[in-house]
Amino acid sequence: MTGRTYVSARINGEQRDFLVEPRQSLLETLRDELGMTGAKEGCNNGNCGACNVIVNGSLVNACCVLGVECNGAEIVTIEGVADGETLHPLQTSFLENAALQCGICTPGFIVAAKALLDKEPDADEARIRHWLAGNLCRCTGYDKIVRAVLDAADDMRRAPAKA
Amino acid sequence: MVTTSKPEYKVIGTRPVRPDGVDKVTGRAQYGADIKQQGALAGRVLRSPHAHANLKKIDASKALALDGVKAVVTARDIVGPDGDLSKLPDPAANILAGTKVLYRGHAVAAVAAINDHVAQEALKLIEVEYEVLPAVLDVREAMRPDAPILHEALRTRAPTGPSEGPSNVVAQTVSAFGDIEAGFAECDVIVEREFSTKMVHQGYIEPQAATAHWNSDDQLTIWTCTQGSFPARESVSQILGHPISKIKVIPTEIGGGFGGKISVYLEPVAALLSRATGKPVSMRMDRTDVFEGTGPTPGTNIRIKLGATKDGKLRAAYGDMAYENGAYPGSAAMYATMVVTAAYQIEHVKFDGFDVVVNKPRTQDYRAPSAPAAAFAMEQLIDEIADQLKIDPLKFRLMNSAAEGSRGPMGMPFKRIGHEECVEAALNSPHYNTPLEGPNRGRGVASGFWFNVGLRSSVNVSVQPDGTVNLNEGNTDIGGTRASLAMQLAETLGITFEDVKATVVDTDSVGVNDVTAGSRVTFASGMAVHEAGKNLIAALKERLAPTWQTTPDEVQFEAGVFKNADGSKTMTFKEAAVATVGRGVGLTVSGSVNAGFLAGGGFAHHIVDVEVDPDTGKTTILRYTAIQDAGTAVHPAYVEGQMQGGAVQGIGWALNEEYYYDDTGRMANSSFLDYRIPTSLDVPMIETIIVEVPNPLHPFGVRGVGEPGIVPPLAAIANAVARATGVRQTQLPMSPRRILETTRGIA
Ligand code: FES
Ligand code: FES
Repeated sequence: MTGRTYVSARINGEQRDFLVEPRQSLLETLRDELGMTGAKEGCNNGNCGACNVIVNGSLVNACCVLGVECNGAEIVTIEGVADGETLHPLQTSFLENAALQCGICTPGFIVAAKALLDKEPDADEARIRHWLAGNLCRCTGYDKIVRAVLDAADDMRRAPAKA
Repeated sequence: MVTTSKPEYKVIGTRPVRPDGVDKVTGRAQYGADIKQQGALAGRVLRSPHAHANLKKIDASKALALDGVKAVVTARDIVGPDGDLSKLPDPAANILAGTKVLYRGHAVAAVAAINDHVAQEALKLIEVEYEVLPAVLDVREAMRPDAPILHEALRTRAPTGPSEGPSNVVAQTVSAFGDIEAGFAECDVIVEREFSTKMVHQGYIEPQAATAHWNSDDQLTIWTCTQGSFPARESVSQILGHPISKIKVIPTEIGGGFGGKISVYLEPVAALLSRATGKPVSMRMDRTDVFEGTGPTPGTNIRIKLGATKDGKLRAAYGDMAYENGAYPGSAAMYATMVVTAAYQIEHVKFDGFDVVVNKPRTQDYRAPSAPAAAFAMEQLIDEIADQLKIDPLKFRLMNSAAEGSRGPMGMPFKRIGHEECVEAALNSPHYNTPLEGPNRGRGVASGFWFNVGLRSSVNVSVQPDGTVNLNEGNTDIGGTRASLAMQLAETLGITFEDVKATVVDTDSVGVNDVTAGSRVTFASGMAVHEAGKNLIAALKERLAPTWQTTPDEVQFEAGVFKNADGSKTMTFKEAAVATVGRGVGLTVSGSVNAGFLAGGGFAHHIVDVEVDPDTGKTTILRYTAIQDAGTAVHPAYVEGQMQGGAVQGIGWALNEEYYYDDTGRMANSSFLDYRIPTSLDVPMIETIIVEVPNPLHPFGVRGVGEPGIVPPLAAIANAVARATGVRQTQLPMSPRRILETTRGIA
């Protein structure tokens, strides 16, 4: 049996210390060791974006990063996108635009869109489609997702404090 | 929206936020792989590397010796120590192979271990002895008398009686009306072509996942992301010979299905592993398992001949439709022969359907099963005839459209349907009225039909002391049906959407429900909800009557208000509920329906503009409009979502997706990198026009909307590509390579 390594990271603003096997991906670490099942496994090889999380400000596929690589990292997952009980404008916008059907892709899309809008609040449709091309959705045809991100960007520009 | 007359609704037609929405945008919603049971083991399945082989021997001793491995099961655990493995019935043999593997990916054994990594290591230690047999992968080849035989016991079902010897042809079915020879004799224009399409996958983003706990009292609990908890219970019961009374299926949230999550795969295996270990066992598939080990939808070979008179009347159609069922018998071709001409009135038709087994995964439904490939063929020929007669393709479809009273797909006349309205909406759409300019561009249109089914639904409704109601339903919510059912209950009771709390419950907690499929939940469970609402109103009348010193049938209920005969006493639903339940006694009613097989039929029509790059062969979708008759759109945003999602799945099917096999039956593209489904970059916004021709079979006029929208895209895009390039596309996918081969002879 493989030995375990001590890892300490800030996840959604909280210090978390845990042990992981070297072969465990960040996705497995979150889901199996830390009980955070918001990030989903759709492919486990970097092709669907369902596992998207933000590590040190960059969007990553958690299935393609090892848990042990995250020592000292600052990690944001879907569980940390809302501010307590107050939904993030992207979350509200996804609900109001009916941008989810089954919802399995939704955590990944919201995290990915947040990573974009945090850096590029003025992203237009073309930019959003380009950025979200790493996230697969099989239900919606993307129309309402792209609209939801455009609407959220609009809201965030109007009330930047909320974001 | 295009709407024929309908009543004024208060809740139906609005766009409330779905009740399960917040959990799904915050990551709290629990899907199949999110279920964690205390002390659970992880299970994994070993799959055949061969497309066709005799299974001689499985030796698991090395795997069992690995630290952390708790159990290995095979089909032997299904039939028992004295059972005959060669007689393992379908569908058990698809869950764990008996004496033969019939496709690469066929499950042969499963392991339970302390974690997923150990389970996967253990798989490598299981020794399996195979005797490899020749495989047959192509539907027409499998029909030949000298083809390798998958099932020695299979005899073709045909109108002339069963075949003498074994065959790969499961059934030959015929759908015929009129006199086909006389029909063609009347025709001035006849077109005839052969088409073929490849196996494609539903591509739901959530892989199958299930957890089972076989308790020491033989009570079996299963958590699974299924499209049907009741059918899953039934299948597990059949496969394992365990009574349904001892099985509880708890449906988790489901990350897409489209027909692919009706069958069980992991559930019975997890149950066997749990029985063997006494612990809960969680299993999930990886993406390759999903491609190779679950059910995609059939590849096809379809020949159609279609004729019309010079004044533009379709008179005769003949077809020969062969569908790959995969490794076990199915019935896709039978459905194809019925739906292929459903959008039109053609007096003389004959379609032969051939359901055929091949050494590929057992196929499953994928949204309007069989219809998209049939439409890919039929709707291209319709366009060719319209072109030859110099009639606008939409007007030509309108001239020949099916309508109320015309012969439906099973011979019975259609009730009120909306095909003409869909085509008219297309004719009047902004898209169709905007000219398409520029080189290498083309516009295509196509119609599509799907039956929609009714079947059984049951719901429970209980009144809360504050006058709100809880709605417990048994169908998994795959795309907003908690909302669409709560809305129908609110409408029935004259209360607000917010006063209804909809919950999906397990198989112990509500009456029987058939699958979340066939576009049936908003339709049939909507009928059950309406029934429950009426029962609730009747129960409240009973309770109000004595206090109002009258009889229940003197109490009226209208627009959410109870009244006595002279109108001197009134109470809203909520007031009545508080008075009789809040200060009285609890009240629960149920609503159960069997909405029959046919649910009224749904039509869609799509318009697409494409540009085909002559140098690379790449097809770009410039503009897309989806039109569909929803009967009554309960939650229009979710109706649009179904239309848009179906259109984009169709775009993927048309341009890109296929099971790509090598000669040995190995799928060469079993990942999302190589089996490329459309991304947000590949498609534009999908414009929608909802047509509402109320369905006479439903109290609110609802039609199922999940399926018709995937029927037109393959043909609409092919028609557009033909206009852009001048070359007809008869094979899918219309990949850049295929376009170059067909337009420039570049191989
Ligand atoms: S699960 Fe990580 S990209 Fe698909
Ligand atoms: S909503 Fe189902 S995959 Fe996106």
